[in-house]
Formats: sequence, C-alpha cells, structure tokens
Amino acid sequence: MLAEILFWTFSAVLVGAALGVILSRNPVHSVLYLVLCFFNAAVLWLLIQAEFLAIVLVLVYVGAVMVLFLFVVMMLDVDIVMLREGFARNAPLGALIACIMVVELSYVLWVRRLGIELPGAPAPVTEGASNTAEIGAVLYTQYAYPFQLAAIVLLIAIVAAITLTMRRRPGLKVQDIAAQVAAKAKDRVRLVSMPPEREP
Amino acid sequence: MIGLPHYLLLAGVLFSIAVAGIFINRKNVILLLMCIELMLLAVNFNFVAFSRFLGILDGQVFVFFILTVAAAEAAIGLAILVVLFRKRRSINVEELDAMKG
Repeated sequence: MLAEILFWTFSAVLVGAALGVILSRNPVHSVLYLVLCFFNAAVLWLLIQAEFLAIVLVLVYVGAVMVLFLFVVMMLDVDIVMLREGFARNAPLGALIACIMVVELSYVLWVRRLGIELPGAPAPVTEGASNTAEIGAVLYTQYAYPFQLAAIVLLIAIVAAITLTMRRRPGLKVQDIAAQVAAKAKDRVRLVSMPPEREP
Repeated sequence: MIGLPHYLLLAGVLFSIAVAGIFINRKNVILLLMCIELMLLAVNFNFVAFSRFLGILDGQVFVFFILTVAAAEAAIGLAILVVLFRKRRSINVEELDAMKG
C-alpha cells in the first residue's frame, strides 16, 4: 500500500516537472525542473530495487550533466522573449501529437494485451544481495569490452568538447612549449675561461 | 499493486511530453537538448522496468551505457552551443541557415 502511494505521488511530481521543463518561460527554470524530474525518476527506480542506477542517476546526471546545463544556460545571455514567439502557434500541434502518442501507448498496454502476460510484480531479489555487486559481476565479465568502449566514448567527448570551445585570444602571453623543450643547455649557458682578477 | 504496465505507461507519458516539448520550443536549442535528455530518461525507465520485472540484469547494464553516451552527447552538444553563441550571438534555430538547407 505504501509502495503504491509512493509510486503515484512521485510519478505525479515527475509528470508535473516534465511539463514544467517544456512550458516554463525561463530556461534556468527548465533546467531546475529537469533536475526535479531526475530526482523523482531516481526515487521510482529505488522503488523497484534498481538502487545502483538510481544513485548513479543522482550523482552523475544531476551532479554533473545538469550542472553543466545550468552553467551554459546561465553563461549565455539569451533573449528569452524572442525565443518564445511562435509558442502559442506550435503548442496545439505539440499537445495533439503528445495526446496521440499517449493514447496509442495506453491502447497497446491496457486494452490490447496481444496475449502477452506482463508481470505484475518485480522479480524477487535474494535476501542480502547487492544490486551494485550484481551489476558489477555482469559489467566486468560479460560486458567488459563495451565497458572499455564507453570509456573511450567519454574520452573522445572530453577531447571534442575542449577542442571545440578552446580559442586563441590575441595579445595573450603564452609559453611556446616546443621551443622550451627543444632548448639545449649549450644555447643557454656559455662557459667563459678568463684569468682571475686581482685586487688593485 | 504497481505492475509493469504502470511503469511503461509512465515512461510513455514522459516520452510524449518530451516530443511535445520539441514541437513547442522549436526555436531554442537548449530546450531541444533538454527534451532529448527527457526522452532518454523515458527510455531508461523502460529498460529499468523491464529488467527488474523480468529479472534479467542486462537492461540495467544497458541503462548504464545509455547514461554514458548521454553524458558525452550533452557535453559535446553544449560545447557546440557555446561556440555557436560566440559566433552568432543567438541560439535561435531558425537563424541557423548557413548551409541553405
């Protein structure tokens, strides 16, 4: 009973926050609503005992990606009013398409079962088993190569993002690393042999 | 009792809201990126729900990879956005017609 109350409460907040993302006037508010969305999604994942992904969603997604979004939204000086025009014209079409998709999905899920029995309860978890340990056991054995590829994807993303946003400012004093490395000791230090000076 | 259809329908509603958001905010690139994040969340919802209700762990591993790729996508997308804003002083999609598409 408690689980049902929690599910309905958090899914209602989730849908409300999603509507807030697409409808709010200010992009900063949109990002904050999106953060709320991710928090509620994490709670709903906790409810069906997917603990590892719930924590990852909060730590990685809210902690890193959403903060990145917030930085960019606050950094760009965007003309909100200009971007909002056409809102009233596009809203009916968007709402219509969303309604059609919801009706179709609920038709497939609730009305026509297609003879497929959807499970009513989550698969039982063994007592004392750790979701994180179970995922780790699969991730580092069966999915070892995809895991490495994910690391490479992240590396490429870092390099691409830095390369894209790096710019050379004129008049900035920077070191020429290649010239520094190529310098030899004999170019810099000159040993001179000269007779010792005597005191007059 | 909360079953699999509840979670699937919630994910479907979330996805539809994101699609509607793309239609409504079709001028603002930041909002478009956020709607894509919302769509990915809905897809992840499906994966997690199926994984838990069927008792197969592979869905959760896949969500892990989706989160990785989504983080990379967000980073590169925002980098492109920053460069775009630096050049054009605007993020209006309708002004991006340099390729005459």
